[in-house]
Amino acid sequence: MSETFQTWGLTYEWAWFLATVAGILLIALPLMLAVAMIIYADRKIWAAMALRKGPNVVGPFGLLQSFADGLKVFLQETIVPSAANKGLFLIAPIITFTVALLAWAVIPFNSGAVLADINVGLLYVLAISSLGVYGVVIAGWASNSKYPFFSAMRAAAQMISYEVSIGFILICVVLYANSFNMNAIVEAQRGHGLGLVNGYWFNLLLFPLWVMFLISSLAETARAPFDLTEAESELVAGYQTEYSSMAFALYWLGEYANVLLMCALNAVLFFGGWLPPLELEILYWVPGWLWLFAKIFFFFFIFSWVKATVPRYRYDQLMRLGWKVFLPLSLMFVVLVSGWLMFTRYG
Amino acid sequence: MIQVLAFYLFAALTIASAVLVITSRNPVHSVLWLIVAFFNAAGLMVLVGAEFIAMLLVIVYVGAVAVLFLFVVMMLDIDFASLRAGFVKNFPLGLLIALVLLAELIFGIGAYQAGRIELGTGTADQVPVMAESNIAAIGQLLYGQYLFLFESAGIILLVAMVGAIVLTLRDRKDSRPQNIGKQVRRRPQDATRNVKPEIGQGVQL
Repeated sequence: MSETFQTWGLTYEWAWFLATVAGILLIALPLMLAVAMIIYADRKIWAAMALRKGPNVVGPFGLLQSFADGLKVFLQETIVPSAANKGLFLIAPIITFTVALLAWAVIPFNSGAVLADINVGLLYVLAISSLGVYGVVIAGWASNSKYPFFSAMRAAAQMISYEVSIGFILICVVLYANSFNMNAIVEAQRGHGLGLVNGYWFNLLLFPLWVMFLISSLAETARAPFDLTEAESELVAGYQTEYSSMAFALYWLGEYANVLLMCALNAVLFFGGWLPPLELEILYWVPGWLWLFAKIFFFFFIFSWVKATVPRYRYDQLMRLGWKVFLPLSLMFVVLVSGWLMFTRYG
Repeated sequence: MIQVLAFYLFAALTIASAVLVITSRNPVHSVLWLIVAFFNAAGLMVLVGAEFIAMLLVIVYVGAVAVLFLFVVMMLDIDFASLRAGFVKNFPLGLLIALVLLAELIFGIGAYQAGRIELGTGTADQVPVMAESNIAAIGQLLYGQYLFLFESAGIILLVAMVGAIVLTLRDRKDSRPQNIGKQVRRRPQDATRNVKPEIGQGVQL
């Protein structure tokens, strides 16, 4: 995009700066809108599965419900508990929100349409997602309250556990794609399944990894059935207990932006990102970003579906699944995948 | 221009947060400042073009090590008064350590300026390949030239991990762990039965 600005007679530095700012706005603003609409979609899907109507009052079909909620939260009073550590208490939601937006910098929306086309794109995503835990942990500690603290402890253990297996799963994808660059990973999936299907999910070795990745991403974003950090039946509302007003809204937005990010990662790493699902000329008439959005929504539907139907895990079951099932399995798959690639690619 | 600005920003923030690590009164704040320091160090790594190292720094130190630090430090119950009581007594020792470190730094810089030491077994015709990406270059070194050192480091870490687990493992006789396989295998007909008891008779359990 910086070339466009350069044709307007700007120097390279200014063109780069303006292009980056424009890119950030182009990603962040639609993302916020998408989060508002996806919260509405989440509630509608959940309601449909529970044979309810869901939000249907504000606007046509209740479409403006999220904006009404946002306005309500915005007008509320910000309450900081007197025993809280004020600075950290207020910084924590900002960290969660910022980190949720940061990782979108490397998600490719179309061929070459990516804000930061860096070599280590996937590692960057892993690095940023490992920061997500700080917002929760700091909130839990700074609230100086019993339930948020328990929640913070749970979050720290849970997110680290699942990041380990996510790391191994990503390594398998990287081995197949031969690159850490997100766009290259998408390109490598072109016609991967018999020259017809775009996506790694069609691969017999990678399909189980995708299933593990989907479950791990549920745990990583602390969505049901792994939402132990805000288990309302035991911990009131977890780390969000003491939060109100905009600070609470930032958690909300950050959480859903994270969920969308994980859906986008599922789409980019295993379902061919902005490529159409089948390698057919006619499907390329639909622009790439539309395919990506469709895939993101598909995965979000799965997330909502799981939330509506699966009961919450117990904490020790969660840990067992992470360390005793996913970790050995994903390690085994690293060996299997690299062995298979050695056999087929290098003889 | 922007690189210079970014360098001074990252460098100043690294040093400032490193100072704050040791001057903050609250240990949790110390850990958080340490995280800021790690982060800015990663920024410096990006500036010198070592983006792989930068990402590893964030993933390993910020994402894992510092979280565990925070985890432990948050649960500490520290008495600040007793902590500060030993300051005067320990001051000479601290000063001595600081002096030794300073001397080491000066020696190190002096030795570096006197001439580079050839580490490893590289030969003169091996020049760093700038066209290669970071990851490929590091991979070729680790899995090529330094394969045995790398593998032995891995084995040492494995032994350390097994040792730590063995030291802390206590087999408690009174614990009743779940057997997931047994639970999954359990069928309704094994666990329930239909009976039609006589009125006033009760049920045999």
